[in-house]
Amino acid sequence: MKKIMTFANAPIITVGASVVGKKEHEGPLGSTFDIHDDTCEFGMSTWEGSETEMQRMALQTALAKAKLTADDIDCVFAGDLMNQCTGASYGMKSFASRYFGLYGACSTFAEGLILSSMAVSCGFSALSAVVTSSHFCSAERQFRFPIEYGCQRTPTSQWTVTGSGAVIIGSNGDGPRIVDALPGRITDKGITDVNNMGAAMAPAAIDTLNLYFTESNTSPRDYDLILTGDLGREGHSVLREFMRSDGYDIENNSNDCGMMIFSASAQDVHSGGSGCGCCATVFSSYILPRLVKKELNNILLIATGALMSPDRLKQGDSIPGIAHLVHIVS
Amino acid sequence: MNEFLLTLIKAFIVGGALCAIAQIFIDKTALTPARILVAYVTVGVILTAVGLYEPLVKFAGCGATVPLTGFGYTLAKGVEKGVRQNGLIGALTGGLTGAAGGIAAAISFGYFFAVIFKGRPKN
Amino acid sequence: MNTDSKTYQAYAKAHAKRSPMARDIVRAFWVGGLICVIGELLKLLYSSLTIPEDLIKILIPVTLIFIAGLLTGIGVFDNIAKYAGAGTLVPITGFANSMIATAMDTKSEGMIMGVGAKMFIVAGPVIVYGTVASLIYGVILWIAERV
Repeated sequence: MKKIMTFANAPIITVGASVVGKKEHEGPLGSTFDIHDDTCEFGMSTWEGSETEMQRMALQTALAKAKLTADDIDCVFAGDLMNQCTGASYGMKSFASRYFGLYGACSTFAEGLILSSMAVSCGFSALSAVVTSSHFCSAERQFRFPIEYGCQRTPTSQWTVTGSGAVIIGSNGDGPRIVDALPGRITDKGITDVNNMGAAMAPAAIDTLNLYFTESNTSPRDYDLILTGDLGREGHSVLREFMRSDGYDIENNSNDCGMMIFSASAQDVHSGGSGCGCCATVFSSYILPRLVKKELNNILLIATGALMSPDRLKQGDSIPGIAHLVHIVS
Repeated sequence: MNEFLLTLIKAFIVGGALCAIAQIFIDKTALTPARILVAYVTVGVILTAVGLYEPLVKFAGCGATVPLTGFGYTLAKGVEKGVRQNGLIGALTGGLTGAAGGIAAAISFGYFFAVIFKGRPKN
Repeated sequence: MNTDSKTYQAYAKAHAKRSPMARDIVRAFWVGGLICVIGELLKLLYSSLTIPEDLIKILIPVTLIFIAGLLTGIGVFDNIAKYAGAGTLVPITGFANSMIATAMDTKSEGMIMGVGAKMFIVAGPVIVYGTVASLIYGVILWIAERV
């Protein structure tokens, strides 16, 4: 049986919204985001609270754009990087919709797109929302060091995006359609370097893309854009090299949200951005409008996730990767 | 004055070299900062025990006492004093007695600065 | 992809851009050396205040810890450390920064279970291994003096 899921009633991405922090707002895509807060606090006293508030604001903004209320949304698929997914569960508290909490590390946004498309396409939901977030400070605290701790980053390390993106997926209306999707499988090539998550995630992206091209009988040339989530410069370069050796040239029509959200020369982010908020904000505020304007007509979004646990790393385990693919046409 | 300048130069070179060695380990190996610091303290205790660190302290002053190997030196000197004064119990109490100032300072300043300040996102 | 794990790991390691080591070493050397020079200058200052030598030995690290703590508090230390690497990590300043940064960071979980309990997450190993190493040395010293 084919692993690609083709949606009989292709769900429509009706609207997208995003909330970001200071560095993201200063980046090349800064002006496209809906809301930003230079303090990155969003009026909250803890970083975890700030991330929660970003999720709430992102969904609220998306609902306002679509002229909907929370009651109109049947299901919310939300996730973040924090333990127990508290950004999502607390952030969605004020919405009455049915709630699914997801964890797919940085791939969560695409995971949410796939699950909501399944729900909408099968008629279980008329309108669903996907919301994901990450916050530099809450991620540092959980995965690395205290915020004011002095340390150097290696050139392959990535910078967690402070941001939250939300999209609304519906069965009716106008907008780009999710025609099919290929859920990823766990791929672990034994990378243990937490400062090289691009290399840990790239094999998953290679695996998913290869299977997709084979099963769909298409080639990279058939798409306007092959957009990865947050492989960063390091991971994206690994991806390009391996795809080339597998006979797929993606040099000219591929990009990576982690490379797009920050400026490589002006912002000190090393390999690029990462986190559930990276792909979610770039897609919601930059890619989606271009699809609506038909500047892009046929794209593949492959959000990758490094399913990394600090405790498991200390116990000597490696970093499993995942890559979920969504095929969107305008 | 010249002698004082020489003291500063010696401190600069020895202290700088101890840091540079750690930097080589950080860049060349996958050692985390915590492991480097643990190694430095332990090596400091061992070098003092075998009598190699004392001459370095005499030569370089703060160049040898300020890096974390110097923390190990303080612990080891404390233990030597403890054992001389109190026997086996001194082996237990001497190290931390010697390093008490630094540890208590780090704990209390940590506490008070935590009350006053809040971390902020980096640029 | 058909590449096996071992080959891929070697590939990823070789592919990864490395930190410019010569630059890192020069920076670590001069900043670390400078911190030690500041220690010597403090020694001079305290001697001129006719503070006894025993107390000066304690006061120098305490002063450096205070300065590192203050710089951590106002959000400057991490910027210096990003430049200096081991230059600020290895001196007692790095030890101080790790405790004070952790204390500041865990305030949101409360002054007791946050600050009180978690202050040692990064610096704890230094105290543990230093203490254990000194105890072992003390016991050996005690036995050696009796043989």
